[in-house]
Amino acid sequence: MINSEQLTYQYANGPAIAFADIEVAQGETLLLSGASGSGKSTWLALASGLLKPGSGDITVAGQSLKQFDNTSSDAWRAETIGFLPQKLHLSAALSVYQNLELAQWAAGHKTDDAAIKAALQALGVLELSARKPHQLSGGQAQRVALARAVLLQPKVILADEPTASLDDDSANAALNLLHATAQRLNATLVIATHDSRVKSTFEAIFQDKKGLCATKIGRKQL
Amino acid sequence: MKLIALSWRYLWSRPLAAALNLLLLTLGLASITFVLLINHQISRAFERDLAGIDVVVGAKGSPMQLILSGVFHIDAPTGNIPLAAVKELQANPQVGKLIPLSLGDNFRGFRIVGTSLDYVAHYRAALSDGALWAAPMQAVVGAQVATQTGLRIGDNFAGAHGLGGGGESHGNTQYRVVGVLAASGSVLDRLILTATESVWTVHESDTALDAEDQKILEEERELTMALIQYASPLAAVTFPRFVNATTEMQAAAPALEITRLLSMLGVGTSMLKVLAGVLLLTAGLGVFIALWSAVRERRADLVLLRMLGAPPRKIAGLLLCEALWLAVIACVLGLLLGQALVGLTALALQLDQSISIGVFAWPIELALVPVLALVVACGASLLPAWEAYRVSVFELLQSR
Repeated sequence: MINSEQLTYQYANGPAIAFADIEVAQGETLLLSGASGSGKSTWLALASGLLKPGSGDITVAGQSLKQFDNTSSDAWRAETIGFLPQKLHLSAALSVYQNLELAQWAAGHKTDDAAIKAALQALGVLELSARKPHQLSGGQAQRVALARAVLLQPKVILADEPTASLDDDSANAALNLLHATAQRLNATLVIATHDSRVKSTFEAIFQDKKGLCATKIGRKQL
Repeated sequence: MKLIALSWRYLWSRPLAAALNLLLLTLGLASITFVLLINHQISRAFERDLAGIDVVVGAKGSPMQLILSGVFHIDAPTGNIPLAAVKELQANPQVGKLIPLSLGDNFRGFRIVGTSLDYVAHYRAALSDGALWAAPMQAVVGAQVATQTGLRIGDNFAGAHGLGGGGESHGNTQYRVVGVLAASGSVLDRLILTATESVWTVHESDTALDAEDQKILEEERELTMALIQYASPLAAVTFPRFVNATTEMQAAAPALEITRLLSMLGVGTSMLKVLAGVLLLTAGLGVFIALWSAVRERRADLVLLRMLGAPPRKIAGLLLCEALWLAVIACVLGLLLGQALVGLTALALQLDQSISIGVFAWPIELALVPVLALVVACGASLLPAWEAYRVSVFELLQSR
C-alpha cells in the first residue's frame, strides 16, 4: 500500500532529510516515532502528496507521488487519505454533521447524508450530529474527527500524534479506536508520534539506518 | 454543502465583526447612492421644468435669479417689465410661443401665478378635479397646494402680498378655486394658477383711488417675466442679444444658467462623493481586517481543508465568497438606505415648498453601487484569499 525508496526531501532553508525505505501492506499499521524535528510531519506530507520528494519516490495505493501535479494530488488525496490531526480542527462555526459535510465539500463530493450518518454511527456519535464542537468532550471530538477522516473510506489513515495530551486510559481508547476503524475499512494506518506509550504497543521497532534524522519506524502486524 | 452556504456560516460565525463590517460598507454605499440619486433627481427636476423653454425675459438683474424665480419658482423675481414691451416681443417673428407670468402674491407660502392657459398646456398638466380658469379671479391649484392647504373646488381664498407666507392680505379680492391639477412632478404642483388679469385686478383694486387712477394703472400694466420658446433654433444666436441690447429687459437662457448652477452644485456633490469614497475605503479596510483575521484564526481549519482534498482555489474561493456575501447584503441595504434618504430629502424640500424631486428612481448611474460594492469587497478580500490560497500544510502538521 505504501512503498518508499531512497526518499529524501530538501527544505527550502535547511538541510535535506533522507528517510529509510518503507514498505507497508494494505491493512498494516506503521508507526513513525521520533523527537520533534525528526521528520515525521515531512513524511506525512510526502505520503499525502502535499510535498514533492527531493529524490527517490513514494508510492501510495499504487500511485507514484513524485510526478503528481497539484490538482491531481488534491483529488487523489481526498479519495485515498484520511487524516486525523493532533489538534482536531473541527470547525467551530459548524455542527458535527456539517463538519462531515465540509469534508465531502472539500473533496468535491455532493452531500451524502447516508454516508455521513453511517460514519457517525460507526463511531458512536450519531446522536451528537446537531452539536457544535464546543459542546463535545475531548473523546467525543476525537471520534467526530475520526469519522470525518474516514468518511470517504480512505485506503490510508494518517494520524498525527493521536494520543498527545491524553491520559493513559484515553490514549488507549484512542489507539483502539484507530486500530478498529482501520481494520473495519481494511485501511493502512500510519501513526506519527513521539509518545512512548504508543511505541510500547508495537511489536517491531527499528532505527533509521541512514542516521540523517532521528526517525524511528516501527510496524506491527495486526 | 454548497460554497455559498458554507461561506455564509463562516461569515456569521463571528456575528459582531460581520455586523460591524456590514454596517460600514452599507453606510459607504448608502452615501454613494444618495449622492448619485440626488444628482440625478435634481438634474431631472431641472430638465422637466425647463423643457421647451428657450429663454426667459424679465427685468434686468441676475440672469440666474430670473431663471430660478421664473422657471423653478425658488427665488424672488428681478422686478417687473411693461406689458407693452412683452406684446412687442410676442410679435417678434423669432418668438414661437410666449407664456406671460405675473408674480407677487402667495397663499400660505404657495405662489399665485398669473399666466395664460398655455402655461398649463406647456407642462401637459392634467386636471384631477374641476376645470381650468375661464375668467379672472378663478384659480387652479397644484396637487401639492391642494394637499397642504386643503383647498377644494368652490373654496374662496385671498392672496397675501409677497412670495413667502405672512404678507399683507388682499382680503377684498378673493379667488375661487375652479380646478385642481393632478400631480405631475413639475413646478405646477406647488403653484396656484390664475389668469394674468387676476393679478392686475387684485393690485389695481387695492391701490386705485378712483376710476381715473384705475385707468392710469391699466395703461401701465406690467408682467413679471415671459417664458419664450423660439420659432427656430437659430433665434438662440440673435434673440437674447437683441433683447439685452435694445430693450430695458434682459433675456436669460435657462440651459446656460442651469449648467452654471449645476457646476456650482457639482463642487458640493464632488465633496460628498469624496466623503462617501472615504467611507467606502474605511469599509474596505474593515472588510480586509475582518477577513485577514479570519484567515489567521482559521488558518489551521483552512490547512485541514487542504488535507481533506480541497484545492487552494477552493479555499481562496471560500474567502472571496464571504466577501461577496458582505458586498451583496451591503449593496441591497445601501441602495435601500440611500433611497430612503432621498425620500426624506424630497419630503423636506416639499415641506419647504422648494423644487420637487422624485423618489424611488433607479437611474442607470446606480449600477455603480453594486460595482463599487464588488470592487471594495473583492479588493479587500484579495490578500486574505491569497494568504488562504498559499496556506502551508506544515502549520497544521507541526502545530503542537
